Amino acid sequence: MKEEIIIAGFGGQGVLSMGKILAYAGLMDGLEVTWMPSYGPEQRGGTANVTVVLSDREISSPVLNTFDTAVILNQQSLDKFEPKVKPGGTLIYDPYGIHRLPTRTDISIISVNAMEATLELKNSKAYNMVLLGALLKSRGLVPIDAVMKGLKKTLPERHHHLLPLNHDAILKGMELVK
Amino acid sequence: MEEEIRLMKGNEAVAHAAIRYGVDGYFGYPITPQSEILETLEAERPWETTGMVVLQAESEVAAINMVYGGASMGKAVMTSSSSPGISLKQEGISYIAAGELPALIVNCMRGGPGLGTIQPSQSDYFQATKGGGHGDYHLIVLAPATVQEMADFVGLGLDLAFKYRNPVMMLADGVVGQMMEKVVLPPMRPRRTDEEIAEQCPWAVTGNPEGRKPNVLTTLELDSAKMEKNNERFQETYRLIEANEVRYKEFYTDDCDYLMVAFGSVARICQKAMEDAREQGVKVGLIRPVTLWPFPYDAIREAARNAKGVLCVELNAGQMIEDVRLAVGLDIPVKHYGRMGGIVLDPQEILDGFYKEFPEAKKI
Repeated sequence: MKEEIIIAGFGGQGVLSMGKILAYAGLMDGLEVTWMPSYGPEQRGGTANVTVVLSDREISSPVLNTFDTAVILNQQSLDKFEPKVKPGGTLIYDPYGIHRLPTRTDISIISVNAMEATLELKNSKAYNMVLLGALLKSRGLVPIDAVMKGLKKTLPERHHHLLPLNHDAILKGMELVK
Repeated sequence: MEEEIRLMKGNEAVAHAAIRYGVDGYFGYPITPQSEILETLEAERPWETTGMVVLQAESEVAAINMVYGGASMGKAVMTSSSSPGISLKQEGISYIAAGELPALIVNCMRGGPGLGTIQPSQSDYFQATKGGGHGDYHLIVLAPATVQEMADFVGLGLDLAFKYRNPVMMLADGVVGQMMEKVVLPPMRPRRTDEEIAEQCPWAVTGNPEGRKPNVLTTLELDSAKMEKNNERFQETYRLIEANEVRYKEFYTDDCDYLMVAFGSVARICQKAMEDAREQGVKVGLIRPVTLWPFPYDAIREAARNAKGVLCVELNAGQMIEDVRLAVGLDIPVKHYGRMGGIVLDPQEILDGFYKEFPEAKKI
């Protein structure tokens, strides 16, 4: 098993932490993982993206030019990464703020109304967890138990009371994928 | 604390490994992309557990001279910085080398010259391997490619530093410093006691000689005949290091028609490019120098023996390629592919660069 994933959006949307939780979940599940951020001066308000690789074998390059799965949170990232999904791969995106829809026919395209769902949950910080739920439902990759273990590891202890909220957000995201 | 599996950044791994190795003192000054080393040490508060000193100095120059002082006492000491900060430390590094003192210096390289950028680069290869400071000296230079190696090379670096009484540089880059992956942290080792230091480092200035002649550590020698003798002694040490400490990793070098040479994180990106080339039927091999000094000249010469061409891939304008050319000689073409200024290359780009330099490879 080897899955090469790009998660891309605006800085502040939780792109890097979503990748971190996914990587931690992979680690909990006994996989090899790499988490490679791309940010810098752009991290406040500009675009941010992270490449996560989960594999049952040693991982060579943490930097990639094509991906099995892309999780896209804004238009710039959609424009940039839609062509970089491997044929037969998966593109998950939130249509919120997207005016030019993905057009490829050789990949499976999943639209997830994560922003809408997050507003329903009345918990704006759980946005990335809704998308993570959608990713888990559509690609499998790691069991939700491993994700919760990963969350517990990445959240400071003073925030552990938020774990059930995040769990609910992941489940919500899973429901959004038919 | 036992051995432990964690997910962390390369920089964080350096900090944890330093505490677990039993480092006596870390002296640093923040600079991107390596500030997590100092930040992690501050967060872990090792002064409350192992007694390790963690000090944010007033400048890079102060930090390296604190390392010089600590090393003179036989303590296991280190500093870290990124390219512009490492330039500031060069005078101190030359003094530590001339004092024949053990120390670990971590450079998490960013794009230069000047203040440059905060993004990854490998443009300090010349500085690390050919001098940097003044005088005829060498650092042992270790180039980590994984987060695991960033942890492991803290221990390896300090072991080598004490074995040869010579400063060691861990030449990392912003990619491996900032990325996260699985790392097995070494078990906790106690810091050495004063008695152990006195026994293992009879040269150290430990105060209260009690019967022994006072140790004097100085890099100043106005008598040129004596200074030449000192230099001869340094050179003997370097020859010993060259004979014993060359380290490298090879991939598919047995049957390769083309050889790639890369160090640090770039070697991993090359590994993927090599795998892609092999899928296309082009027999590419890869050699990754782990020690940049001493450089694996013989291994590269041997790996390139039957090659039609060699591609040296670096995040700079072509620095290591000079050593690769020395290794390979003039009969086999050696080409460079690289990016500068903080741009990180991807596997496809390397492959395109390879075919551009060696168009005949496609026809095989």
